[in-house]
Amino acid sequence: MDLDSLYQEIILDHYRSPHHAGLREPYEAESHQVNPTCGDEVTLRVHLDGGTVADVSYDALGCSISQASTSVLTDLVIGRPVADALVVHAEFLALMQGRGTVEPDEDVLEDGVAFAGVAKFPARIKCALLGWMAWKDAVAKATEGQEDR
Amino acid sequence: MSPEPAVLDVERVRADFPILSRRLAGDRPLVYLDSANTSQKPQPVLDSLDAHYRLHNANVGRAVHQLGDAATAAYEQSRAKVATFVGAPDASEVVFTKNASESLNLVANVLSWARGEHAVGPGDEVVISEMEHHSNIVPWQLLAERTGATLRWFGLTDDGRLDLSDVDSLITERTKVVSLAWVSNMLGTVNPVADIARRAHDVGALVVLDASQAVPQLPVDVAATGADFVAFTGHKMLGPTGIGVLWGRRALLEELPVFLGGGSMIETVRMEGSTWAAPPAKYEAGTPPIAEAVGLGAAVDYLTGLGMETVAAHEHAVTEYALEGLRTIAGVAILGPADAVDRGGAVSFVVDGVHPHDVSQVLDSDGVAVRAGHHCAKPAHHRFGVQSSTRASAYLYTTKSEIDALVDGIHRVRKYFKVA
Repeated sequence: MDLDSLYQEIILDHYRSPHHAGLREPYEAESHQVNPTCGDEVTLRVHLDGGTVADVSYDALGCSISQASTSVLTDLVIGRPVADALVVHAEFLALMQGRGTVEPDEDVLEDGVAFAGVAKFPARIKCALLGWMAWKDAVAKATEGQEDR
Repeated sequence: MSPEPAVLDVERVRADFPILSRRLAGDRPLVYLDSANTSQKPQPVLDSLDAHYRLHNANVGRAVHQLGDAATAAYEQSRAKVATFVGAPDASEVVFTKNASESLNLVANVLSWARGEHAVGPGDEVVISEMEHHSNIVPWQLLAERTGATLRWFGLTDDGRLDLSDVDSLITERTKVVSLAWVSNMLGTVNPVADIARRAHDVGALVVLDASQAVPQLPVDVAATGADFVAFTGHKMLGPTGIGVLWGRRALLEELPVFLGGGSMIETVRMEGSTWAAPPAKYEAGTPPIAEAVGLGAAVDYLTGLGMETVAAHEHAVTEYALEGLRTIAGVAILGPADAVDRGGAVSFVVDGVHPHDVSQVLDSDGVAVRAGHHCAKPAHHRFGVQSSTRASAYLYTTKSEIDALVDGIHRVRKYFKVA
């Protein structure tokens, strides 16, 4: 097993100093996700401002892959229109579910391409997706709320 | 104490386990330290499964033909072997289930349906502990929800033992059931189950033991524990998956309500109603895991051949060696008893600054298989202020050099994640 293909330096950097960590106000929706097999948890908040992802804040307990992945997510979606951010989400999901056959698009995923190797470690894909699932759930809740208003 | 048990010839034992000689990625040998999760299987167990399907396959307890007779005899012979192995007074007290979870759910369910002496209701209490596997927590939570009874539990001391300081306020006249792990799957603690059973019986409570980690490792005499029910599983004691055991006192198995309804568990069925077979058939609805029971019988023969005193002594020596080895590594904290006294072969630990997933991933790249996560014991992890841990668990085929590989691997983990 090639450990270095899993633990890219970028991943370890994000793990050691995660970006945008911590829970912040204001936010419209919050999502709590748990990986039931290992107990990893993330609580993630989304603040939308006029169709743009204004902030993503989070509190996460987990392995290097899940922590780094959530950190990379925040870099990729904060400041982007929600629709564009959802495209990034879909691209990351496709990469993770591609069993190592999907060639990542660096223009879309930036640091997220470092997770390409994770797709070859089936037990770790859930780790990489934990924060992304929380973000999608929180965005769905937040936009639902907006439509109600 | 009986005379010193024979020393286990580990190399000879290892030769009986084909999987132990396979190679992993990078042509690395397998260092299997995940036996508390599931054990590996020796050749005689594999052969028994093969022979069953090749030569004796038929349904049990109903077919009037030679194969049916052979399959029934093999199935019942396994029941008798298991009974002897765990000291059950009678083979009819051994109920085959699919795993220990089903055994524990069986007891919790029939108690929640019981009337009369064993009925559980509002004001009654069930006592468990904070070190239980989820399968000895959730069924009792469900029972409490359904009956209105209250669930209470023993806390743990800092060194991972049951906190017995409040035993008198926990086990009281209100207690209907006490259900405890004999050996913790996470902390490794061996609990004083016979003492607690005595106290529970003094107040008229039933005693249930989760012996999933005990039966594989220790000489077991269920009658001597004083328990009323003992649950364990085949796959952790060299047997196949899909076969579990519930031992119960005959009088209780006769008296308590049925669990699953269906074929084999009936005496007669009329459209207006049915009557039940005597135990153990009463609790074995449907076609049972026949081949798996036969395989478990072969596993019991294998363990008996080695002698459980010998197996326990080996487990103890390897565990002691593992605890010593882990203690030499900076930044490693062991959860559970720090020494090998009254301690089973599961050793859980945390590596400061490295998540258990990452620890086990790096170890796996060296061929060392351990478990990472909460090991189905979230409350016990919570008690020690951690969300998860890494667990190494030895068995009768584990060598000291495999423990060395674990220790070397953890050094590599610390270097890889730059916490060394």
